[in-house]
Amino acid sequence: MKGIAKLVLVLALVCVAAALGLSVVEQLTREPIAQALRKELLDAVEAVLPSFDNAPDEDKIVIEERVYYVGKKDGVPVGAAFKVSTMEGYSGLITALVGVNPGGEVNGVSILIHTETPGLGAKFTDSEYLKQFKGKELSTAQWLVKKDGGDFDQITGATVTPRALVAAIESGLTSFTTDKAKIFAAREDKR
Amino acid sequence: MSLITQFTKGIGRENPVFRLLLGMCPTLAVTTEAVNGLAMGLATTFVLVCANVVISLLRNVIPSKVRIPCFIVIIATFVTVVDLVMNGFVHDLHKTLGVFIPLIVVNCVILGRAEAYASKNGSMLALADGLGMGLGFTLSLTILGAVRELFGNGSVFGMELLGSGYHPVIIMILPPGAFISLGLILAAINHYGKLRADSA
Repeated sequence: MKGIAKLVLVLALVCVAAALGLSVVEQLTREPIAQALRKELLDAVEAVLPSFDNAPDEDKIVIEERVYYVGKKDGVPVGAAFKVSTMEGYSGLITALVGVNPGGEVNGVSILIHTETPGLGAKFTDSEYLKQFKGKELSTAQWLVKKDGGDFDQITGATVTPRALVAAIESGLTSFTTDKAKIFAAREDKR
Repeated sequence: MSLITQFTKGIGRENPVFRLLLGMCPTLAVTTEAVNGLAMGLATTFVLVCANVVISLLRNVIPSKVRIPCFIVIIATFVTVVDLVMNGFVHDLHKTLGVFIPLIVVNCVILGRAEAYASKNGSMLALADGLGMGLGFTLSLTILGAVRELFGNGSVFGMELLGSGYHPVIIMILPPGAFISLGLILAAINHYGKLRADSA
């Protein structure tokens, strides 16, 4: 019995010491991690919206779990950025950030998370590829890849990835169009 | 054995990757670029050194019946420290290495050194052993990453070396490229080792 008590005691002490140490490290790194995540988001928002001078992560608007980061310049909204996700890619989750100006035109798209094949599907993260979305609108563009009769380029050897991305952006824009009035109205209320 | 030999054996004669073929999971998975290999190696080295020293200091306190759970708790603690610190200070690298940082816990090099060396030797020797093994691991991963990046992307550490006319062999940065590169490097090392043994 005494033997077992000692085993339990030692293991428990090791665990307690580990937990204490980790709680200290967690406290020290909490702020830097929060800042790194914020910077990552802001960099992405900056890449897809026209220049703004507010903090879009503080001016965000949530409508039915959809989050919109609103960019403003001199208090006037210049656009909103929102995330779209799809599992229809070649391998795993694709998450992109889409920036739209108040008129409903796409201003920019940037890929946040993907695990597509390097050298093939992963080419869709190139700014050369993504700039084709600029200026497109939900109602005027055909939201399919060219192979399927749409307006958007596919990538040689990787049609699945662009097809998934185009469809994801289209469904994001559909939600945006529904929420558009609320996004910019809610902002007015706050001011 | 002296501290120096403890240190150098991990880099050369008992190199964990090229000689003992331990820790193959991160070796094959993260070495798509030289910088990823280097970062993974350094993160592992930190865990290895800290775990080795702590386990060596506690070697007379921990009863042998619960030594494995104790070792795992100690190792997991240092891995979590690395995970948090990298997330806060080198966020992009942390994102690239992703799930392979928490997976350092199950890297058999670390538990292997704890069990085979640190739990039986003094803390200075354990430190030298951990440092040598860790740097040997880092060196191997960096070499493998550099080879794969060179052929798969025409660059090393992000510097273009083969010029724009080079057509990248994409398979080298895909999973098969890891096996092919590692196999060729091992063959070269064994061939060289055999030549040396023959001439001696």
